[in-house]
Amino acid sequence: MDHDTIVGFSKSWGLFYLIAMAIGVLVYALWPSNRKRFKRAKNSILDTDDRPRS
Amino acid sequence: MISGLTVSERQSALIILTVMAFVGLAMAIAGRADLLGFHGGIVLLISTALIFAVIGHYYDPEPPKERLAEYYDDPTRVGIVLAMIWAVVGMAVGVWVAALLAWPDMTWDVGWLSFGRLRPVHTSGVIFGFGGNALIATSFHVLQRTSRARLPDQISPWFVLIGYNLFCVVAATGYLMGLTQSKEYAEPEWYADLWLVIVWVVYFLIYLRTLQRRQEPHIYVANWYYMAFILVVAVLHIVNNLAVPVSLGHAKSYSLFSGVQDAMVQWWYGHNAVAFFLTAGFLGMMYYYLPKRAGRPIFSYRLSIISFWGITFMYMWAGSHHLHYTALPQWVQTLGMTFSIILLVPSWASAGNALATLNGAWHKVRDDATLRFMMVAAVFYGLATFEGSFMAIRAVNSLSHYTDWTIGHVHGGALGWVAMITFGSFYALVPWMWKQERMYSSKLVEVHFWLALSGTIIYVFAMWNSGIIQGLMWRTYNENGTLSYSFIDSLVAMHPYYIARAFGGLLFLAGAVVCAYNIWMTIRLARAQDTVDNSKADIPVPQPAVALQAGE
Repeated sequence: MDHDTIVGFSKSWGLFYLIAMAIGVLVYALWPSNRKRFKRAKNSILDTDDRPRS
Repeated sequence: MISGLTVSERQSALIILTVMAFVGLAMAIAGRADLLGFHGGIVLLISTALIFAVIGHYYDPEPPKERLAEYYDDPTRVGIVLAMIWAVVGMAVGVWVAALLAWPDMTWDVGWLSFGRLRPVHTSGVIFGFGGNALIATSFHVLQRTSRARLPDQISPWFVLIGYNLFCVVAATGYLMGLTQSKEYAEPEWYADLWLVIVWVVYFLIYLRTLQRRQEPHIYVANWYYMAFILVVAVLHIVNNLAVPVSLGHAKSYSLFSGVQDAMVQWWYGHNAVAFFLTAGFLGMMYYYLPKRAGRPIFSYRLSIISFWGITFMYMWAGSHHLHYTALPQWVQTLGMTFSIILLVPSWASAGNALATLNGAWHKVRDDATLRFMMVAAVFYGLATFEGSFMAIRAVNSLSHYTDWTIGHVHGGALGWVAMITFGSFYALVPWMWKQERMYSSKLVEVHFWLALSGTIIYVFAMWNSGIIQGLMWRTYNENGTLSYSFIDSLVAMHPYYIARAFGGLLFLAGAVVCAYNIWMTIRLARAQDTVDNSKADIPVPQPAVALQAGE
């Protein structure tokens, strides 16, 4: 394996896996059924209750 | 604090401290006259002092079972106090080295007073001492609240906090004695590095163990940022510090890497230290304390997830922009430059998300200096990330590199973003931790805000001016094709800006001192009321022993 092979591999594979991960994150963040989950998460930190739940 | 530990935890503490004392002793014996021996002495001394502290409370009664129905906040309280001590020390050394640049005779031919030894004391003191303790303290607080679960045990948080500060002390004393492996922000030698790995793994395990016991279905975004900070810093730290010591009894070591590979690994580390230590961790702080203080949920939770993954995916590739126009292959430089520019998107998404959260609550920002600290931090975060992307462009970098513009950029981020978000979070957190309605003095919070803001602006403008003048003077040619200005000409031109910079830093330091005083007085207020408040049911009551904290 020489330098050019590694560079070629990183240039092509690097492009594809980063785009694939970006699509994965966008799908997860925008998936409609996750809306409820996220809404609960962002509001629940505002609770004034300051004790662990058992 | 110690009486808050169970008897078996006190026993574990004694075992751990004894092992540490023996390691210190072994280092002292093996190192002898070497600087390693001196550091062994420090480890031995601190461990022994802590052993006596634990023995002093060993026969105290077991803490009541009811403590398990409350969060464990003692390490957070001590972490806040330690962070403020490091803030004052680190910033004072910063003002001193700034003055040294304006008046270089002030070293008086004393080795440990020289710029080269004091400068890492400043950088490590503020980044690791102040920033690191603030991150550890707030992460324990945020982790428990957002998981609605108590920390898994009472000994590992102390191990992390005390072990981390031991690392900081060994680092800072080493610099003064001239001990460094010459890697920026990774100066400590091999034994300190190994110790930090152990501490850091325990820190990450606390996170995982608490999240495992969480009572919330979703892991709140702040925790993702804190976890990225812990995990990535571990990876960076281990790889960049791969080295072979001269011998087990010698402080010096040699890096596994050399030449341009060494430079690339160092700046892969260095830039990601900025990204994951100074950005991800503090974004975790922002995503919890800013909505909490404003009383409004974050503007867009979805955007916060997208910007989180954007930052974690892309920052990893940006480090090579520190090595433009060097022996590093051109395509690696271009890669770093490209990712630096794309990074503007997730960075501005976070800054915009924070400001949009405040939209509709501007009256609160006007009246509440604590919230204003956080708002200004978000603005400076947006400015610093824009400037960073801009400076990473090779053509711009040819002007800015090696000049004071870089220093101005770093301090726009460090003072404007990192320190401001920390002070804002502390002003929100301190009254909660010590069960007070508010800080001792809200006027002093206001005074601190204006000192910090004016100090930052004076500092940054001085460095912008000086950096651009410097860069232009270095590239001005006369009609014969030789340089118009000598290096010393550019130094003379810098002098007024160096004085202005030292003054800006002094204002910022004064603000930090005001903050330390305000926090200290709030703690005293809490201690004065301790006898009265012990019966309060709903809020977790601090243990009486809290009254005697380290550094008070």
